[in-house]
Amino acid sequence: MPKVKPRVKSVKDLTELRKRLRSSVKNFKSKLTICGGTGCHASRSQDVIDAFKKELKKRKLEEGVWVRATGCHGFCEQGPLMILEPGNIFYCGLKPGDAGEIIAETILKGEVIERLLYTDPVTSKKVRTEAEIPFYRAQDRQLLAQNRHVDPCSIEDYIAIGGYSALAKTLTEFSPEKVIEEVKISGLRGRGGGGFPTARKWAECRSAPGEEKYVICNADEGDPGAYMDRSILEGNPHLVIEGMMIGAWAIGARQGYIYVRNEYPLAVKHARIAMQQAREYGLLGDDILGGGFSFDMEICRGGGAFVCGESTALMASLEGKVGEPRPKDVHTVANGLWHKPTTLNNVETWANVPPIISNGAAWFAGKGTRGSKGTKIFALTGRVKNTGLVEVAMGTPLRTIVFDIGGGAINGRAVKAVQTGGPSGGCLPLDRLDLPVDFDALYDAGSMVGSGGIVVMDEKTCMVDVAKYFLAFLQDESCGKCVPCRLGIDRMLEIVTDITEGRGRPEQIDLLKELADTVASASLCGLGKTAPNPVLSTLRYFPEEYEAHVNEKRCPAGVCRELIEYEIDAEKCNGCGTCRRACPYDAIKGKKKEAHVIASHKCQKCGICLSECKFDSIIVT
Amino acid sequence: MSVLTLESILKGRRSQPHQLIEVLHDVQERYRHIPEEDMRIVSRELGVPLIEVYRVANFYKAFSLKPRGRNVITICTGTACHVRGSNLLSNQVLGQLGISPGDTTEDGQLTLEQVNCLGACALGPVVVLNGTYYKHMTPSKLRSLINSVNEKGIEDTDDAKGKTKGKKRQRSH
Repeated sequence: MPKVKPRVKSVKDLTELRKRLRSSVKNFKSKLTICGGTGCHASRSQDVIDAFKKELKKRKLEEGVWVRATGCHGFCEQGPLMILEPGNIFYCGLKPGDAGEIIAETILKGEVIERLLYTDPVTSKKVRTEAEIPFYRAQDRQLLAQNRHVDPCSIEDYIAIGGYSALAKTLTEFSPEKVIEEVKISGLRGRGGGGFPTARKWAECRSAPGEEKYVICNADEGDPGAYMDRSILEGNPHLVIEGMMIGAWAIGARQGYIYVRNEYPLAVKHARIAMQQAREYGLLGDDILGGGFSFDMEICRGGGAFVCGESTALMASLEGKVGEPRPKDVHTVANGLWHKPTTLNNVETWANVPPIISNGAAWFAGKGTRGSKGTKIFALTGRVKNTGLVEVAMGTPLRTIVFDIGGGAINGRAVKAVQTGGPSGGCLPLDRLDLPVDFDALYDAGSMVGSGGIVVMDEKTCMVDVAKYFLAFLQDESCGKCVPCRLGIDRMLEIVTDITEGRGRPEQIDLLKELADTVASASLCGLGKTAPNPVLSTLRYFPEEYEAHVNEKRCPAGVCRELIEYEIDAEKCNGCGTCRRACPYDAIKGKKKEAHVIASHKCQKCGICLSECKFDSIIVT
Repeated sequence: MSVLTLESILKGRRSQPHQLIEVLHDVQERYRHIPEEDMRIVSRELGVPLIEVYRVANFYKAFSLKPRGRNVITICTGTACHVRGSNLLSNQVLGQLGISPGDTTEDGQLTLEQVNCLGACALGPVVVLNGTYYKHMTPSKLRSLINSVNEKGIEDTDDAKGKTKGKKRQRSH
């Protein structure tokens, strides 16, 4: 690549640059695409990449083999992942030591290494390509599939696969009104949780009075259990930037901000690099592509406050202030950042814009249901076999996601519930899993699509504990500005804690529902308004678990500390001593090869012995 | 990791109140907490009242007002990690070192923090030691990790892997 980036001054320049970039790639005989997303990075994928580079250099094969680190491929659990072309061979669970063998066998001889292939957990068969893996097969990967074709730190990669052509099309063929009309026909709704029609937001912002307007990308993905925004921004940052530019053109903004969680260091880094590269090529700045449109942007890090995912709190935070929401009697599209008209969309929403412009609104509207169009990325996590990012057309039944793609619960257990929508969503029982993932259908069932987290829970998960978990989360994250949220969640947590600790009384359940109603109707922002959902949905679908805790002082899942005792099954215990060594409280005694015993007066019920025992000898009573 | 001075942190940001959070991030990265003296300087240089600087530093979880240990262990307590037993990991640290999230050991060797989600949910439960991620953690793996810190006194400041900011207050359960 040339050191000094040629400035792309027109659409013609861009097309020619793309041609040049494409032709420069053709010389490689083999292509290795290794995932470098946060998930695979945590599985030490960088060491694997380094090992390949070192090994190729040693064998003088650097010229013929292209090694590319890309963003997240989605199947994080199996990482580090690699796709090898030609042949599209999919290897997983890689170690640096595998590099030599892969080069010798697969690259040079064309032989597939069986042990590195993925094993289908259902059929136990080895699978050769990504397309044959059940996890990928049932998906419709419109956005995620792009991740494997680009190095997130290379604008050239993005341009080569057609990047910034949607922007070029917008600037040359579309008026701002036409862009909004196109997005309207596509039926795109906000992917951040609310599901608000994107075009309506843009149109209102465009017509709001004022010269100065802003676009913001909300990458403050605070929902625990959701990480699709991280994967897009980290894996394909230019897609988000291009989406924001098209949006800015539509509403008449010249300045944009990406507000990204500080807990996503790789996303922050890649977004900054992408922005810098776009500037160097002249794709950010004045008179972009010679179309008379000027736009620039800034990356701002969040401070680790969940409430800053709320639009007005986020804007306060961008202004350098405490992230407290304000009443939205005047919408942010008219009075947003620094009191100027502002359009805020989340990462996935922005990322959907360029393909809508490139492929046409009808293409997007052709997927999904009547009220929810396109594809949506879900983070499938929890007690499920295949965890990772899943992109499906809206309207796909939850059952397909959890069982066909996810492979069902781990360890052969039964799926009990599926939690969707993060702390604002709810828990749905097994018999509701035929519900389609659709903004309206899930809302009607007492949950929501939210930002797209799907956490699978099995019989070892206590639903009252889950409600307590979310309340504790929300109590901690409530900014404290309005009373219903600050005190209401506090009181609800107090009651649920009473229930999990054996002090619950039947009348408290009614009090809980009453409080939930007040918090939901009187809170200032979405955090408080939706805070009761985890409690209400578990009360609605799992009343028997609350009753067992309250009336029988029993936790059926064996989770709530105050209601359980740990014992060792003398018949199963072989005296290996693992639990004795693991117990931090010195509560387990026993001789080698003899059954051990837990001293109940010392036991703190931390559960560590249960998780460490390989012989199922620890019983929870 | 390049050493930032307060002077270089403030460069190009003076008199721009909206830069407060970015500045505090850099101060936190530099000193591992936000010292009072620095708050005063930041207040003066950005033109933000000291009470506002304090309020922001106190509000966001990324900032710590008290010094942290030489090593920081962060336990992810996101929903996915929670249902896979991340609470056992906090129990492990409590049992092994007697510290709760937000606390630092008396010798200043180790601080325990919690974070609500690191977005590495497929690998849960996740623990981060000084910016390096450890996946599928169990109490015994964590025990060994803590032992290795105490033996080697490691301070791996691999900035490329990114630093992870966590919580500074203890969760109420």
